[in-house]
Amino acid sequence: MKIIVCIKQVPDVTEVHLDPETNTMTREGVSAIMNPYDQHALEEAVRLREKLGGGEVTALTMGPPQAEGMLRDAVALGADRVVLVSDRAFAGSDTWATSYTLEHAINALGGADLILCGKQAIDGDTAQVGPGMAARLGIPFVTCVQKVREVDESRLVVERMMDDGYDVLAVKLPALLTVVKNINEPRVPSLKGKMKAKKVEIERLNAETIAAKADCIGLPGSPTQVAKVFAPEARGKRIELQGTLEEQLAQLAVKLVELARGQEVR
Amino acid sequence: MDYFLTEEQQMIVDIASQVTDERIIPQRAELDENHTFPREILNEMAQADLFGIPIPEAYGGFGGGCMDIVLAVEQIGRGDVAVGTAFAANFLGSFPIMLSGSEEQKNKYLPEVASGRKFAAFGLTEANAGSDASGIQTTAVLDGDEWVINGTKQWITNGGEADIYSVVAITDRARGPRGASIFILEKGDPGFTFGPKEKKMGIRASSTTELIFKDCRIPKDRIVGRAGTGFITVMKTLDISRPGIASLAVGLAQGALDEAVPYAKQRRQFGKPIIAFQAVQHLLADMAIGIESSRALVYATARHIDAHPKNVSRVSAMCKTCATDMAMKVTTDAVQVMGGYGYMCDYPVEKMMRDAKILQIYEGSNQIQRNVIGQELNREYS
Repeated sequence: MKIIVCIKQVPDVTEVHLDPETNTMTREGVSAIMNPYDQHALEEAVRLREKLGGGEVTALTMGPPQAEGMLRDAVALGADRVVLVSDRAFAGSDTWATSYTLEHAINALGGADLILCGKQAIDGDTAQVGPGMAARLGIPFVTCVQKVREVDESRLVVERMMDDGYDVLAVKLPALLTVVKNINEPRVPSLKGKMKAKKVEIERLNAETIAAKADCIGLPGSPTQVAKVFAPEARGKRIELQGTLEEQLAQLAVKLVELARGQEVR
Repeated sequence: MDYFLTEEQQMIVDIASQVTDERIIPQRAELDENHTFPREILNEMAQADLFGIPIPEAYGGFGGGCMDIVLAVEQIGRGDVAVGTAFAANFLGSFPIMLSGSEEQKNKYLPEVASGRKFAAFGLTEANAGSDASGIQTTAVLDGDEWVINGTKQWITNGGEADIYSVVAITDRARGPRGASIFILEKGDPGFTFGPKEKKMGIRASSTTELIFKDCRIPKDRIVGRAGTGFITVMKTLDISRPGIASLAVGLAQGALDEAVPYAKQRRQFGKPIIAFQAVQHLLADMAIGIESSRALVYATARHIDAHPKNVSRVSAMCKTCATDMAMKVTTDAVQVMGGYGYMCDYPVEKMMRDAKILQIYEGSNQIQRNVIGQELNREYS
């Protein structure tokens, strides 16, 4: 089975903060990591390959040349091949242009039986690129997969996490899944994997080699315009209610009504 | 301090340290409390190729040396000496095969250990043969095409959990130490059973049991090397394994310092964090001095061993004694710095102090190590 895992390099959010002057993320000195959800997607791909006793796992990323380090990490974690889709023309891509670009990259790689993605990236948090790619490729997709129950060469049975439980779905291959964190526990990289990662050849694709149209990629190909980015002001107003639980609930109801009427809540 | 590690050695440190931080530290208190053998963690370490470190590449390993082992073991020891002991016992159990085994034995057993599919153990100690290994009672008698083994080994690490055991038995009592031989026993061999799991002061997650042999019959080709060479192989095995114990001690002590310093910075008494008091600072400073000097000696010894000099007994004994005595002191002082909190099971340092004690005892007590050093000094200055 040919599996492609889409991974993204993201800033380590535990280290990121917004510059209050410019309202942009300060990325200086912030280390880049593999998007945590994508680590689970990669782990699941490697487990499926192990379970099926063969196949190929390709880790694919779209990003600047610095993403090479993350691709080497992907090899240490079990990927067989790594592909970097990189071009200055991709700069400023929104989820629409990114889905377009990745779809073209996947086609340039000859397609796949299964495409795995993390549920979302922790920087943009849109969760749109996975389903966007599937729609473009014309294949079925399941989001928020928490377990792959059955797998063979033609279909999968998966569990989709829901707010109040989970759905069990059978899906024909080729298909795309986005996964949640409780699908597995990503392994620790192996010594042999790390040695292999040091030497692995990173395959490169660009706008030309994936035959992308100039008006569909990067900023020109991105219908989403960010009007403003700002950190909401911390307001700090706090009202403490006193009394028994019933008394507090009664006070709360009054205050909610006042708020709904646009009155100042005291 | 920069110890000029190679790129591969840094990879070993990174992998082992990730296992410790992500897998061992979050689970160690529970494993200790329930005396649970850490099979899942060990499997994870095997998957990360850590079991293959000293196994030659021809047998599926990494082909590393003593330095590579101590780097990995130190990181695991920083998390839990019990896990480190279960891990390092695999090397102890496979060194006799690596040092003196036949090509067939190496081909059969070493790839299994390197991949972690099978765990190994080493069986030397008996009820009446501890520091004095010449008191071994277990016997092996050749009967046709089979060896018949009788006797009981005591306090064997990985007992019951391991699949492959390097066991010392007497093949010719008249010849004293030159009548000892090593045999490879497999779990499931007829007549080979285990005693109950011992209850211990520390390293509770590691398994310690008796190995019981009652007319245990094994094929003739399970002897390691020639009959009568067992004692030499045992000595060589312990010479190269002791730096591993020393590195467990360095890791353990580092783990204790890593708990004590942040605590001293955050704990306030008399209006100040207690690290502001010299009495506390000096305790911490002495801990740091002990750790770094032991680490330097362990690394130097491991690199010395990797250069394959003729005799390594003295340096091996020195680094084991120095580092394990240090770890006992450092963990005791970590409890002291943390006071009543340190004594409570809610904090990890009381376990560290309990775990430290065994390091001064097993793989040759520190008194026996001093005997070795003293005898060599006596010889050198004669």
